[in-house]
Amino acid sequence: MPSDGVKTLLRLAGVQVAYGAIEAVKGVDLELFAGEMVCLIGANGAGKTTTLNAIAGTLPLSGGSISYHEEDLARLPAHKRLRRGIALVPEGRGIFTRLTVEENLRMGAYIRKDADGVAADMARVFDMLPRIHERLHQVAGTLSGGEQQMLAIGRALLSRPRLLLLDEPSMGLAPLVVEKIFEVVQSVRQEGVSILLVEQNANLALEFAQRGYVMESGRIMLSGSGRELLANPAVRAAYLGEAS
Amino acid sequence: MNELAELVPYLGKHKPRAARALVILLALVAPLIAIMFGRTWVRVLDFALLYMMLALGLNLVVGYAGLLDLGYIAFYAVGAYTWAFLASPHFAEAFPALAAGLGAADGIHLPFWLVLPVGAALAAMAGIILGFPVLRLRGDYLAIVTLGFGEIVRIFMNNLNYPVNITNGPQGINLLDSMNLFGWDLARSIKLWGVKIDSLFFYYYFFLLCVVGSILFIQRLQISRIGRAWAAMRDDELAAKAIGINIRNMKLLAFALGATFGGVAGGLFGAFQGFVSPESFSLMESIAVLVMVVFGGMGNIAGAIAGALILTALPEILRHIALPIQQALFGQVLLDPEVLRMLLYSLAMILMMLLRPGGLIPAHARYSRPEFIAAGEARA
Repeated sequence: MPSDGVKTLLRLAGVQVAYGAIEAVKGVDLELFAGEMVCLIGANGAGKTTTLNAIAGTLPLSGGSISYHEEDLARLPAHKRLRRGIALVPEGRGIFTRLTVEENLRMGAYIRKDADGVAADMARVFDMLPRIHERLHQVAGTLSGGEQQMLAIGRALLSRPRLLLLDEPSMGLAPLVVEKIFEVVQSVRQEGVSILLVEQNANLALEFAQRGYVMESGRIMLSGSGRELLANPAVRAAYLGEAS
Repeated sequence: MNELAELVPYLGKHKPRAARALVILLALVAPLIAIMFGRTWVRVLDFALLYMMLALGLNLVVGYAGLLDLGYIAFYAVGAYTWAFLASPHFAEAFPALAAGLGAADGIHLPFWLVLPVGAALAAMAGIILGFPVLRLRGDYLAIVTLGFGEIVRIFMNNLNYPVNITNGPQGINLLDSMNLFGWDLARSIKLWGVKIDSLFFYYYFFLLCVVGSILFIQRLQISRIGRAWAAMRDDELAAKAIGINIRNMKLLAFALGATFGGVAGGLFGAFQGFVSPESFSLMESIAVLVMVVFGGMGNIAGAIAGALILTALPEILRHIALPIQQALFGQVLLDPEVLRMLLYSLAMILMMLLRPGGLIPAHARYSRPEFIAAGEARA
C-alpha cells in the first residue's frame, strides 16, 4: 500500500473521556499522518489506554472530537470503525483463549466477506509471524505471552486495517521478546499501516516511532519527534529512568 | 449429530457411530420401556423432553454467550400463558360480553401452528425487554437483575386478574386445549389393532421431534458467525468489540433466541398439562434449569440433554424410593419430595464442582467449523 503523503489520518481535538465522575482524559490533542508510527507514552494512569479505547470506539467521549480521514467518528460504534480501517489490539492482548490460533486469526476477519482476500492476508501474516504459523492448531490459551501478543497483532491485521492501535504490546514480556514484537510492528508499518502505539517502555517506543506524545494525568505534556523526546532531559528523567 | 455420541460414556469416544445409533434407538424405545413401570414414568419422560428444550435454550444464553440468566423460566411462563390465553375457554369466562360479541362464546381456540409461534415471538420480545437494561451488566449484577425479572413475570401472572382478568391470578387457567396436529388430538389415546396406545406416547414423540429440531438448529447456530461471535464475546468482550462484533446486537440476540426456546417449551407445556398457574414458574424452576445446564456441562448440547434427563428422572426415582423408606423407618414422611429434589440438586451441584467442574460432559474448546475441529484434534 502506498503512503498517501503527509495527509492527516487521525486527529484528536480536545478529547475528554470520563468514567462516571472521574475524568481520565482531560483534553487531548493528537495528530497522526498516514503511514506514520506515533507513540503515546506516560506513566500508569495517565490516560493512554483510555485515549486508545476512545479512538477505537469502545469508550464514549465526554468532550472533544475524533476525526479519521476527515470524518467525525462521534456517532460511529466500534464495529463500524473497524470497517473504516481502525483496528485495536487491546491491552493484555485479549485473544480468545479457548479457540485455536487459526480460529483466532479467522475471527480477526470476522467483518470480511472476501474469502480470497482473507486467505492472502492469512499467508502474509504467516510470513510475518512464522511462530504463529507453527502453532496454527494449538489452543491459543496455551501459547506463551510473546506468542499471544503476536497472535493478537496478527488477528488485528486480518481485518486489513489502515490504522493499527497497539496497547502496550510489551506488557509482561521479556526484553528479547519485546524487541521481536517491535520488529514485527516495524514491518507492519513498512507495509503501509499507520500505527498508534501506547507504551510504558518509552525507550524502545521512541526509538521505533517517528513522533511521540507524552501524556500525564489526562493531558498531553510534550510532543515531538522520537529523537527529540529521547534527548529531552525532562522525558529522560521521568520516563527513561535517568537521574536529572 | 456428533454431540449425541458424547452422551454414551466410553463407547462415544471409541465408536461414535455405534454410540449415536444407540442414543437414537434408546430415544425411540424409551417410552416403551418406561410404560412397563407405569404411566407415570412416560409422563416423566415427556417432562424430561420439555426440560431438555429449556436447558438447550438456556444453554445458548449461559453456555454460549456467557450471560448468566437466573430468570429463564419467565420465558417458559410467557409461552405457557400465551397458549392458555389463545387456546382455552378462559377468554369467554373473563370477558363474556366481549367474547360473545366476537363470536367466541366458548373462548379463543387457535390452532397450535399459530399459538406456538405467537408464544415464541412474545417470549423473544420478553427476552429483548430483559436484554436492553442488562446490556452493560456482567456476572453477579446480571444474575441479580435476571432473577428479579423472572420474579416480576411470575408476580405479574399472579396478579393480572385485576382490573382486567388476563391470567386468572393464582388460580391459573384451566382446560387448555391439547396439542391438535391438524385434526389429530395428541391427548386422546388411540386403539390400533386392539392395542391401546396411550396419549403420553404421542406427546413423547412429538416433543422428541421438537428436541431433535432444536438440536439441529443449535448445532448449525454454534458453528455459524453468530455462534463464533458469542464465543468471542464470552472469552473477552473488549477483544470481541475490537474485531468488529456488535456486542449489543449479539447479546440481545442471545437473550431473544434463548427466550424463544423457552417460549416454545412453555406452549408445549401448557398443551400437555392442560393447566397453567404461576407456581409452575417459580425461581426454583429457573434454578433447576440452570442446574441442569451446569450439571450436564455448559456450552454443550449433549451436556444440556444429559443434565435435563438425569435431573428430571432422578428426583422422581428418589420420590418412589424415599417415600416408602421414610414410611418404613419413621412411620411418616419427614422430607417432602420437593425438598428432596432441591436437596438432590444442591448435592449434585456440590459434587460436580468438586469432582468435575466442567460438568458431566465438558464442552469442547472450539467453536468454528467442523473441519478445523478435526484438524485441531488430530494435532493436539
